[in-house]
Amino acid sequence: MSTIPIHTAAASPPAAATQAGAGRTLQIRVLRYNPQQPAVPPHWQTYAVEDAPGMTLFIALSEIRERQDPSLHFDFVCRAGICGSCAMLVDGRPALACRTLTQTLGDSFTLAPLPVFELIGDLSVNTGKWMRGMSERLQTWVHEAQAQVDLTRLEARMEPALADAIYELDRCIECGCCVAACGTARMRPDFVGAVGLNKIARLRLDPRDTRKDDDFYDLVGDDSGVFGCMSLLGCHDVCPKQLPLQTQIAFVRRKMVALGWS
Amino acid sequence: MKINYTDVLVIGGGLAGLRAAIGARRRGHDAAILSLVPPKRSHSAAAQGGMQASLGNVVKGQGDNEDVHFEDTVRGSDWGADQRVVRMFVQTAPKAVRELAAWGLPWSRVQKGDHEVIINGQKVVLTERDEAHGLVAQRDFGGTKKWRTCYVSDGTGHAMLFTVSDRAIAESIPVHERMEAIALIHDAGRCHGAVVRNLATGELSAFVAKATVIATGGAGRLYRVTTNAVICEGIGMAIALETGQAALGNMEAIQFHPTGIFPASILVTEGCRGDGGLLRDVDGHRFMPDYEPEKKELASRDVVSRRMETHIRKGKGVPSRFGDHLWLDITLLGRAHIEKNLREVKEICESFLGIDPAEQFIAVRPAQHYTMGGVRTDHTGQSPTLKGLFAAGEAACWDMHGFNRLGGNSVAETVVAGMIVGEYVADFCDRADGELQVSTGLVREFVHAEQAKLDHLVHGGGSEDAMALRLAMQDIMTRQVGIFRTGADLAAAVRDLQGLLERSRHIGLRHSAPGPNPELVTAYRVQKMLKLALCVAHGAAMRTESRGAHFREDFPRRDDAGWLKRTLATWRSAGDLLPTLDYEALDVQAMELPPGWRGYGAKDSIDHPDTAARTAAVAATRQALVSAPRSDVQRALMPFDDLLPPPLRGPNERIDDMQT
Repeated sequence: MSTIPIHTAAASPPAAATQAGAGRTLQIRVLRYNPQQPAVPPHWQTYAVEDAPGMTLFIALSEIRERQDPSLHFDFVCRAGICGSCAMLVDGRPALACRTLTQTLGDSFTLAPLPVFELIGDLSVNTGKWMRGMSERLQTWVHEAQAQVDLTRLEARMEPALADAIYELDRCIECGCCVAACGTARMRPDFVGAVGLNKIARLRLDPRDTRKDDDFYDLVGDDSGVFGCMSLLGCHDVCPKQLPLQTQIAFVRRKMVALGWS
Repeated sequence: MKINYTDVLVIGGGLAGLRAAIGARRRGHDAAILSLVPPKRSHSAAAQGGMQASLGNVVKGQGDNEDVHFEDTVRGSDWGADQRVVRMFVQTAPKAVRELAAWGLPWSRVQKGDHEVIINGQKVVLTERDEAHGLVAQRDFGGTKKWRTCYVSDGTGHAMLFTVSDRAIAESIPVHERMEAIALIHDAGRCHGAVVRNLATGELSAFVAKATVIATGGAGRLYRVTTNAVICEGIGMAIALETGQAALGNMEAIQFHPTGIFPASILVTEGCRGDGGLLRDVDGHRFMPDYEPEKKELASRDVVSRRMETHIRKGKGVPSRFGDHLWLDITLLGRAHIEKNLREVKEICESFLGIDPAEQFIAVRPAQHYTMGGVRTDHTGQSPTLKGLFAAGEAACWDMHGFNRLGGNSVAETVVAGMIVGEYVADFCDRADGELQVSTGLVREFVHAEQAKLDHLVHGGGSEDAMALRLAMQDIMTRQVGIFRTGADLAAAVRDLQGLLERSRHIGLRHSAPGPNPELVTAYRVQKMLKLALCVAHGAAMRTESRGAHFREDFPRRDDAGWLKRTLATWRSAGDLLPTLDYEALDVQAMELPPGWRGYGAKDSIDHPDTAARTAAVAATRQALVSAPRSDVQRALMPFDDLLPPPLRGPNERIDDMQT
């Protein structure tokens, strides 16, 4: 006897949903390439999937892999929009696939891997390697005054509003959408991107970080940093967390310009 | 064949693994982390609501301390936990919060003065103390006597994971991403590292280490309906099981979270109810007070989940074409609170339900959420039966959760266990018996054996479909090894899972392309997951009582006389179709808190023969020390200080202690 009545599986919509769905068949065109098989050139492959209410690209791609093509490569982890694994180009625009509902797309649409990042296969790219390199270069951790605090003592106080302001910028999930949408990143492989500049803005806010603007200038005061930004602001438009990238980049630039002239 | 050497091999790049690696690194040992995904994508990020630590900064947390946190955790566990480990945990949790604060975590802070909150459906004004201003704030969570859950809005796990991950980068700890340990290298009761598959290229290599730490999280994907990320497949537990040496503890103890959104099973945090949200039925009636007059929506998760399912069985669910569900109502918290403190919840509701939770109810239903069981370790985190193998976090049965984990205690366990186990791993590496003594010939044998298994899957001519086996397993687990269990269901589940395990030995692939090959990944993982599923189902079938999250309709009472013991599962031979179960008794005479009623849930249980005597002895000790400091009373009842690594000992300062 069933003790938990059947809900829909996260990975596959129930048949009832499909029947009750929009009644359309999606034509999903996926840009495919496996670097381990260089003899097979990059090519578009089209999969037909029955649309369903509430269907996300996570559900659609999982269904393709389960029922049509177990070789299709893509990355999902949380499938809830919080881990940043599944960024890809949906009709050419960077987005989190798990949070993209098929009902917001046309009958036929394209999926392609994010540009800029190293391709692992099909829709999977190596954002982790890029982000680690950025973190090492910008030293994206709080540089504490002392290496080890006394953990038996009360924590240092912080104004509640400041903690909230830091968290506002700490919400970045390093999904890579901002880098994929960035004109400079397409031209300069060493550009730190909005993700990197946002981290500098976050660390500048944090009184626990002992670094001063001089130190931040050394990190981002050139064309691979904040002066490389052309203010196209694709980053701001595509950020799935709606981070205030436009104001943060402008703010960091103003601070760095002031320092450069002084 | 490539062999990588390091002092400490950490398998898993979530909070527990990262923190353990940092601990070992700071003691001067090289550490390398293997991670299926970039570490900041780990499932630790999904912990929304917060981390329990008895700081007692907010006014509703006043009077909180380690003793209260200890009792809440042991009651939550339904007395299944190792009480000494719970003590180690509650003593270290405040230190973990303070360490993270120093590392830059933007904990939400106390604002002095009046603020309005919702308690039991009513608006209440609380006045925070001046002296608490700017200290780390706490919110309410289920199964706790005090407001104890420290939080960062509702992105606590995310913020913690980024802080600790960036700290690991600061310490120059290498993380090998998209690398999966598929077997442990071991001989003569000693673990030497792991055989590792590169998920980007498909290549195998070996990582050889003095100490190996499994920190791979839970196994929620054994179930079809789960809040867990898609990577939570329990492979770290499975490779420990496959050694035939290490044991898995209490695998039948599986937690179901009350509020997975329906039908996608994405978690919305317990903070919704902690902050004052209510559960309602098809009539809009708030039903939890009918079942749990004392704790209402904030009884422990196992109890709330069962009450919800019972209410649905009574016909009070909300029908939908996907099945019945209930409502979570947070509209009474107000838009401002939701947009500030429950922001992820709002995003999830908008993206996956298309609703605004400040205006509309959220459709919810319990979903698999947490694996209390895992690699059985001693208090240092080491396997008692396979030396050099450690485990920490959800992958471990350390065992601080027993048969039910409290909300806010999992993300707390990750960092606390990382701190403690990291120290013990470093101690092990410092000792003579921690020296690496392994021949490259043995390493080669293990790598070749794994390569042969993979080649057989690709070229062996089998006919079984790996994906179909996996779906069948998940369906059995969700239908028959769920919230309500019966002997008949469990027997059928074990039989059917054995059939699937047998069939999984004849999997054939449709694709043999070199490289990542996702179909091959599914194939080798499902073979391992079926063994774990059998540990859960067989353990549940044998345990003829109800305890914590394990609820048997045919044995509804907790039976301390027969079952106050931990299940230990081992897989003795590769060809077996069932785990071998042994049991480890819990010593009532050594308990600081002898078994009793939890304060919520069922009241009738079968007593252990030692319970009355131990209860009287504890009462006599408390009476004799009635005017002594609480630390003296605690020490007289169950000393544990010497179990903690020296750097983590010592009292935790609180503002209330400073004023008296």
